[in-house]
Order: sequence, then structure tokens, then C-alpha cells
Amino acid sequence: MNRKLLRSVREYKRESILTPLLVVMEVFMEVLIPLLMANIIDIGIMNGDMGYIVKTGLLLILLAMVALVFGAKAGNLGAIASAGYAKNLRHDIFYKIQDFSFGNIDHFSTSGLVTRLTTDITNVQMAYMFTIRLLVRAPIMIVLSLIMTLTINVKVAVMMLITIPILGGTLIFIAKKAHPHFIKVFDEYDILNNTVQENVNAARVVKAYVRADHENEKFGKISTIVYNLFTKAEKIVAWNNPVMMFTMYVVVLVMVYIGGEDIVFGRMQTGELTSVIVYAIQILMSLMMVSFVFVMIMIAEASSDRIKEVLDEVPEMEDSADALTEVPSGDIDFENVSFSYAGEGGNLSLKDVDLHIKSGQIVGIIGGTGSAKSTLVQLIPRLYDVTKGTVKVGGHDVRDYSLKALRDQVSVVLQKNVLFTGTISDNIRWGDESASDEEVQRVCKLAQADGFIQEFPGKYDTMIVEGGNNVSGGQKQRLCIARALLKKPKILILDDSTSAVDTRTDALIRQAFREEIPDTTKIIIAQRISSVEDADVIIVMDGGEINGIGTSQELLKTNEIYREVYESQVKGGAGNE
Amino acid sequence: MSNQEQPVKRKPTLNKGTLKTAKRLLRYVTSGYKVQFIIVVICILISSIASISVSLSLKFLLDDFIIPLMGQESPDFGELYMALGVLACIFAFGVVASFLYNRLMVVIGQGVLKKVRDEMFEHMQTLPIRYFDQNTNGSIMSLYTNDTDTLRQMINQSIPQVLMSSLTIVVTFIVMLVLSPILTLLAVLMIFVMTIVSRFIAGNSGKYFIRQQLDLANVTGFVEERMTGQRVVKVFNHEKKSEEEFDKLNENLFVSASRAHTFASMMGPIIGNLGNLQFVLVAIFGGLLSVWGIGNITLGVMASYLQFTKSFTQPFMQIAQQFNSIIMALAGAERIFNMMDEEPEVDDGYVTLVNAKKDDNGNVTECKERTGLWAWRHPHQADGTVTYQELRGDVRFYDMTFGYTPDHIVLHDLTLYAKPGQKLAFVGSTGAGKTTITNLINRFYDVADGKIRYDDININKIKKADLRRSLGIVLQDTHLFTGTIMENIRYGKLDATDEEVYKAATLACADGFIQMLPKGYQTELSGDGEELSQGQRQLLAIARAAIADPPVLILDEATSSIDTRTESIVQKGMDNLMKGRTVFVIAHRLSTIRNSDAIMVLEHGRIIERGTHDELLAQKGTYYQLYTGKLELS
Repeated sequence: MNRKLLRSVREYKRESILTPLLVVMEVFMEVLIPLLMANIIDIGIMNGDMGYIVKTGLLLILLAMVALVFGAKAGNLGAIASAGYAKNLRHDIFYKIQDFSFGNIDHFSTSGLVTRLTTDITNVQMAYMFTIRLLVRAPIMIVLSLIMTLTINVKVAVMMLITIPILGGTLIFIAKKAHPHFIKVFDEYDILNNTVQENVNAARVVKAYVRADHENEKFGKISTIVYNLFTKAEKIVAWNNPVMMFTMYVVVLVMVYIGGEDIVFGRMQTGELTSVIVYAIQILMSLMMVSFVFVMIMIAEASSDRIKEVLDEVPEMEDSADALTEVPSGDIDFENVSFSYAGEGGNLSLKDVDLHIKSGQIVGIIGGTGSAKSTLVQLIPRLYDVTKGTVKVGGHDVRDYSLKALRDQVSVVLQKNVLFTGTISDNIRWGDESASDEEVQRVCKLAQADGFIQEFPGKYDTMIVEGGNNVSGGQKQRLCIARALLKKPKILILDDSTSAVDTRTDALIRQAFREEIPDTTKIIIAQRISSVEDADVIIVMDGGEINGIGTSQELLKTNEIYREVYESQVKGGAGNE
Repeated sequence: MSNQEQPVKRKPTLNKGTLKTAKRLLRYVTSGYKVQFIIVVICILISSIASISVSLSLKFLLDDFIIPLMGQESPDFGELYMALGVLACIFAFGVVASFLYNRLMVVIGQGVLKKVRDEMFEHMQTLPIRYFDQNTNGSIMSLYTNDTDTLRQMINQSIPQVLMSSLTIVVTFIVMLVLSPILTLLAVLMIFVMTIVSRFIAGNSGKYFIRQQLDLANVTGFVEERMTGQRVVKVFNHEKKSEEEFDKLNENLFVSASRAHTFASMMGPIIGNLGNLQFVLVAIFGGLLSVWGIGNITLGVMASYLQFTKSFTQPFMQIAQQFNSIIMALAGAERIFNMMDEEPEVDDGYVTLVNAKKDDNGNVTECKERTGLWAWRHPHQADGTVTYQELRGDVRFYDMTFGYTPDHIVLHDLTLYAKPGQKLAFVGSTGAGKTTITNLINRFYDVADGKIRYDDININKIKKADLRRSLGIVLQDTHLFTGTIMENIRYGKLDATDEEVYKAATLACADGFIQMLPKGYQTELSGDGEELSQGQRQLLAIARAAIADPPVLILDEATSSIDTRTESIVQKGMDNLMKGRTVFVIAHRLSTIRNSDAIMVLEHGRIIERGTHDELLAQKGTYYQLYTGKLELS
């Protein structure tokens, strides 16, 4: 298994080491027991020596008890070790993801991360458990059984010595042969599940377009591929059992052949023949186990590779030791900033932007889909690092601040916003955990959310369901604004965050901003002209560049895009009135 | 804490329902693979007899062929070799049988799984939208993943294992009974003890396995939510808090997982050593019997009997180990069958939509090729005649009252009409019933007879597929499929040429951004088109509807995420496309519906205002307030 992943075993190292040790003890007992059994038959029963039978029988029971304790404890510790290892791995991945920057997050899909934290870890956990429990057991069992066999009959032992590598090799050959097929199966399996997922999500689309037959055909094709691949892979694995049976039978036949003569000539006793057969079966079973663990490890390999991808991802941003922890003001300066999501040499999303915003200003940003409005503001709280140039907040390069300090002072309401399962006040308190109820209510009033919250039967204790789907779009946006306000930021950025709010409430929110938080720099991205019309400065973005900058009055005169949008929204509406 | 309300999965226990499920599952095996299954059972029988004969043969070989030779001057091994030869033949049969059943089981197992999967999917396609409302996506998905997986485990491993073990137990038991009825009494006693012990352990491990599933579901739910909102977590410096919450759930999972596996792994040592105990008891008891000369117990009998005693516990252990996975699989199968038993969408419609052309007299007749002219084919049961009626796009609602559940009425006494070629708009708050109206037109939900008429035909008489084919719908939530952009647009008309795709994309203003993508129309979309912006996805959905070229179009918030400039261009394109056709529009932005022929303002399921834009403004009512921004649409 992967060495890097094994580092996560940590406090479960004790259990991880004890488990195989206990297993070794258990195996010793299990090897001794057939020996005693043979003695009971050969010495006790042959001579009708009841005293011996009882004495040895009691010893056997004692050993069995010891084996039971060791075995059960090994099972217990093995379970703790593997579940603990899985817990630590899950912990490490989750914590690692918390260190990810936006750029890192972009590298992984949400479902990919969820799979890693669940299915992949379960695979590794199972492989780990079987490894510490069986991988030690099998070789020791083989060696001990072989030694015991050797003390009884050298010829038989030699035969086993020859058999082991042949059977072991065959089993591993089968496993190796099947492995690539299984990998392929799992890939196709993902596609199959994806198809189902899409059909469940888009049930309305499928029905609206009457595409059930089309989808059935699509599904049927993939399900046939899965069937074919799975059958192929499992048919290879199906060789395991007959090969194993064959080997066992041959071994038994040869043993009786050799042993029979030895018994007749008095070189071996009948009970000993029984024991060597037991040992032989134990050896073969152990080999079967090895091949089983081998397959488990191979399956877990793909999972651990995927887990490693996350653990190996280097967080793009880390605080320097002497990072600034105070943001002096809400001034923002973009100095010749260029940005590409792909980093240096990639397609530039922002080109040579130069922009200066004073503390306390209200700045409106407007522009079409894909004009890089969001990209521009994401650089301020350093969600992404600039590709060229500098972004300054409060006169210092954003890269000089500690991320925590910067993001506490630069509060963004994202376009794709999310509320979490929990009460409304739980959600608002994301902005400041220690905020009092009064403070929570104050920011909700500012965001014009208090009104509708009071109308809910549960008021601030109303539960928000997953995804926040039990409040309307406009309400959700206002809750998100309140949450951002609770941070008491020096800079507040609203990325198209009032699109579902009516114009009057929108105006009230802006009025509240102006009156209640005059010193906070406010940046508002909007589609609606009315949302930005009264801003101190309006920036018109187009194709990653600043197309125009100024007040609404100035832009109406000088900027064609602004005028066009303005007319389509304001004049058009007024004209019909 | 998250997911507290997650429904606790029913505790799987053995009851009548489970038995029924097991039978039904078995029917899948016997119906498609009767012959194969019989062969499998026979092969397993042969194979287990062969494996039992390993210990059985020892008795005969020792008693009849080896011990008599002892002490002889020149022993003749010929008979022993003969016996070994016979044994080898039995073994050979065993190996061949083992090979056969292992291979056949693969085919049967995978075949059944494929059949279950295919039937499940096909049945799902027939289910009404209501089913998807009532079940979360996660729970439907887990039918295909978790539940099918446990089924695979059971068919591939548990069934052959249990069959094999049961047969072994029966055969061994019979042999033991023949060897020594007295000693077998001991065995019966041990079976009793082992059954009690293994039931106790299996019960405990089962309990914790179920708790583990629950804790895993909690972790998954939490992780899913947080990963989706990871950007918000970053923006709010909420990493520490997330970690703390995660640690709690993670710890719970650890506790239940370690307990479940502890119990499961204790089964082996406990049953195994009970077997050892039995061995000693048999040895002592048997020894006493042979000393006392009771029961005719010879050396060979004892040797092989003890051997059997050892191998007798093995199959018990194997069955006990399969217990958990069988219970889990049957619980999964029950969930799968429940879904398959869901009533499909009812469709009694018999009026169909056909391509049509007009003859010289202006009569509508059916034709094969696509003419752009559509007709309703209306067979009359009474006299067996068929009439054709041109599709015009006239939709009327008569006093319609509807609720998704009987106690919660969403629409009240709704009456409205859309004449062919009209553009009808619906305005109102969330929950006012706008989307419900469109849901009823295309019969996602059914209403009483005669309440909705389409071209004066009761829509319940129109075949659902044909009805829906006549309606183009762009839904509020855009859903795209894995595949290229080209394929996604073509979804609206499967036989569309590339040119038609380009045309539709251009009309929807999607061509521009598609061309900007490195691979253009061949760009692969995955995960519902995550790589595109919400606005771009809506443009694709519009293109998809445009290519279908439907007589009636329903746009449900279809342009909500598109910027106003693009929207107005799309709007123009759509207006061109829909010239002469009926359009229903639901929109948040009132600018998009200004030019409608009629605007209905809905509130709590009732139409409170209706009229053209100008008329409604003149009324100075709710619409006026909305338009001037004095009221919020929530």
C-alpha cells in the first residue's frame, strides 16, 4: 500500500502492530491444536488410554481458549486499527481541502471529492484490515504448517514445498490477469451511475422531450458493456476455485499414496496422516487468502491513488510568517492587473486592469455574461492570485496579508451562494460566531431580511434545508448579504447578489449601506441598471477590460454599452408607461 | 447538525416480506436461467461430495486398504492404488463441477443484475413526476449503487456459499450419523450451541453495521453539502468550524465501524474454537465408548469421525459469515422491488400527433414525411372512423382546481385561454402556481377530464408522448447531459443535421460562446454542464427547445440568468421562431413579457389580474406596483 497514505495511521499504530502479533499467537495455537488432535488419536485412542485423552483434551481446550482470546482480540484491534486509519485519512483529506484555495478547488469536482471521502476510503479501510489480519497470518501459517509437516514426514513436506509456489503463482497470475478488467469495469460503472444520476435529475426534461426510449437505449448499451466486462473479469476469477480444488485433491492423493506406504511399513502413524492432510489444507487455504488480499489491495490501489491526488495537491496560497494581520482601510488599487485561470501563459480573462477605489465609495460594475466582472472582484479577497500586476487593499499587496485577516475584512457575497442546513441565525452567524442576537438582527434589518424572517413561525430559529430551497431566491440573497455584513468588513462585495430582490427592496438595501456603514467600501455587480445607477463610480466591463468608468451621467454621454443597457431597461420601461 | 431528519433506514429483519423478496429474487434466477441454475445446484452437490470425500475416504482407505496391510511381509498396494484411482475420478468430477458452477454463477449473477438494472431503469422512465418529487435523488441513486452492489455480493458469493455449506452440512451429518449415531448426538448439541452463539454475534454485528451505514450517510451528507459550499467556507474563514463539525461525525462513524467489524471478525475465532471444543468432547466421549466397547467404534471410525467433526464446523462458520450480507442484500432488494412496484404514469390517451399535409380541397391528411404541418389523429371508437384535425395550439383551462396533495390546493377555479399564435405570460410570487400550470399542460400531473382542452380535444384523450412532442419546454432548472454540446442541442430532435444545430444555436444566441470554446460544438460536457455558466446553460436549453421546433412553447424562467442585453437578442430570435405559435412565458423580469398578448398575475393560485401590459398598467393594480418596483416578487 501507499507509504504516504500509511502516515495517517498515527495513534492507531499500536493496534496496527498488535493485531498481526496477536494473529501470530493465534496461528501458533491453531498449528499446535491439530498436533494434539493427532496425539489424541494415535496415542490415546490407539492405546485406549483414557487418562491421556482427558489430559491432552484439557490441554487442547486450554489452547483453544487462548486461541479464542487472541483471535477475538486480534479481530477487535484490527477493526479499531482499520476504522481508525480510515477516520484519520478522512480527517486528513477534509482538512487538506480546507486549505485549498479557489484554484485548488477548481481542480476537483464536488462529486469527485465526495467519492474520495467515502467509497475510496472504505476500499482502503477494507484492504488495510485484511492486510494486517491476513497478510501476516497466511505466511506464518504456511511456514509453521510446513515445519510441522516436516517433523512428521519429510517426503510430504517436500511435496508441499513444491506445491506452494506453483499454486501461489497461479493464483496471483489469475488476480493479475483479472485486475485490468476490473479497473475497466469500475470506469464503466461510473458512466452507468452517471447516466442514472442524470436521468433522475433531468426526469422532467426526458419526459418533456419524450426521450424515454432514447435513454433506455443509452442505458441498455452501457449496462451491456458493464455486463460483458464484469462477466469477463469474473470468469477469470472463477478459475480460482477449481484450481484450488484441483491442487488440494492432488495433494491429498499423493499424501495418501506416500503416507499409506509409510504407515504400512510403520514409518508413520494413522493420526499423523490425518494431521499432515490438515496442515496441507491449512497451507492451501492460506494461499487462497493471500490471493484474496492481493485482489483487495489491487482494487484499493486505484482508490489510494485518487486519495493521494488530494493529499499531494499543493495549496496555492499560504500565509508568510510576517503576514500583516491588520487591514488599515478599505482602499482598493488594481495596478496593471492581468489574470488567467490557467496561470501564466493561459488565456487572459482580465487584461491590464488599472483601477483605484477609495475607502467608503460605492462602486457599481456592469457588463455582459463573460465580461469578467466576477473575476475582477475575486482578486480583492485573494480568492485567486493575479497573473501579472498587483492588487492592493488598504495600501498593501493582498499577498502580504494573512488570508484570514484579509477575508475577514473583505466580505464577498458570491454569485453562486449557498446556505447550509441549520437555523437562520446559525447561518447568519457564519459571519461572526460570537455575535449577539441583537447584532444578528441588526444586520438582517440592514439587509432587509428581518421583515420576512419575523413572518416565519420559527423566526430566527427557522430551519434552512439543504441548499436553502425552502426560502425564495430573493430571501436567500438577502440572508447571504446579512451573513456577509455580520463580519463588519472594510470592503463589501456583492456579486450579482440582489438579482432576485425587487427594485424597491434593492434600493432600501443600498440606502441602508449608505447610512449605516458609510466607511465600508461597497462594490456591487449587477445586471440591473437601477442597482448601480446611484453608485459613486460605475465600471463597465467588456471582454476582460474596463470599457468605461464614471458616474451614470458621464457614462450615458461617453459609453455606448452603458447607454445601450440603460436604454433597454430604463427608457424602454418608461416609454411604455 | 446536518441530516438529522434523514430517514432512518428500516431495520432489516427476517419477516414475511423478506421471504417474499427472497422468492422474487430467486424467480429472476429461475426464470432466465432455469437450466443453468439446475446445473449449478447439481455441480455444487457434486463438488461438495468430492470435498467431503477427502475426509470420508480416509476412513475407508485406512480401515480397508492400509491397516490390513500392516505387518505383512510383502504388502500388495495394488488395491490401495485402485482405490486411489477411484478417488481420483471422484475428485476429477469435483474439479470439473467446481469449474462449471463457478463459471455459470458468473453468467447467472451478472445476467440477473443486468436484468434487474435494465428493468429498474426502464420502469423508472415510466414513473410519474410525482415519484421524483417524493423521493430524494440520493435515495433513488442508492438503488442503483448500494442496493445493487449488495445484491451482486449476495448472488455471486452468498448463494453459492450457502448452498455449498448447507449441502456439506447435510452430507456430513448423514455420514456422521451412519458412522456413529451416538457420537452424532454430541454434534447435534454443538449445532444448537453454535446456532445460538452465531445468532447472538450476527445480531450484534448487524446492529452496528446498520448504524455504520447511517453514520456513513451522515458523513456523506455533510461532506456533500460542505464540498458544494466550499467556496463560501473559504470566504467566511469557516474552515476551523467545518473541521470541528466534521470531526464529530467522523468519530461517530469510527465508533460504529470498529464495533461492527469487531463483531464480524470475532465470529471466526469463536465458532472455530467451539469446533475445537467439540473435537475434544468427541475424542473423550468416543474414547470412553471404544474403551467400554459400546457402539462398535473402531480406530478408523474414530479417526475419520474426528476428521468430520473438524470439518463440520467449517460450513457453519461460512453460513454465519454470509448472514450479514444476505440480510443487507434482501433489504436492498426489497427497496429495489418497491420501486419496480410503483404505479407507472397512467396514459389512456388515444389521440396521436402525425405529420400532415393539406390536399387541394384544404382537407388535412396524414403523411409520412415531415411537413411542418401537424395534425391530431383522432380515431372514433363508436364507428371506427378516423378524423384528422390540424394542430393549431389552442389551449384552454376550464374552472380548474388542482393540488399536489388533496389537502393543499395550489390552483383555484382557473379559467384561461390561449389562442393560436398568442403569447401568454404568467407573473406571480414563488408558490403562486405558475409552474404548476405548465406542469398540467404537459400532463406531468393529471387533472379531471375536460378541464384542459387542446385544440378543443380533452388532453386526457391525447397520448402523453404525442402531447409532449407538441410542446417545447424550457424549464426553470436547466439540465444537460454528458456528451458534446452538439449532442445536447440535438436532444431536441435526434435526427437533426449539423446545420440545423448551428441554426438553433444561433437563434438562441448560444453560437457565440460555443465558438469561443476550444473545441466548439464538440466540447464535452460533464456533470450537468458544470463548466458552463448558468446563463450559458440556459442558452443551450433554449437552443435545444428551438431545434425541436414545437407548435407550442413553454418558457419557465428560461432567461433568468442571462444578462439583459443577450436576453433581448434571444427574445427577438424566439419571437421570430414562435411567430404564429402559442407561447407560455413565466418570467421574473417583467421586461421580457411586456409584448405579451395577455399577462396573468397569479396570487395564491388565483388569477387576480389579466390583460395586456398597457391595460394592466392603466389598472394601477398589482402588476403596476410590480412593474414600478413597489412590490417584490419572491
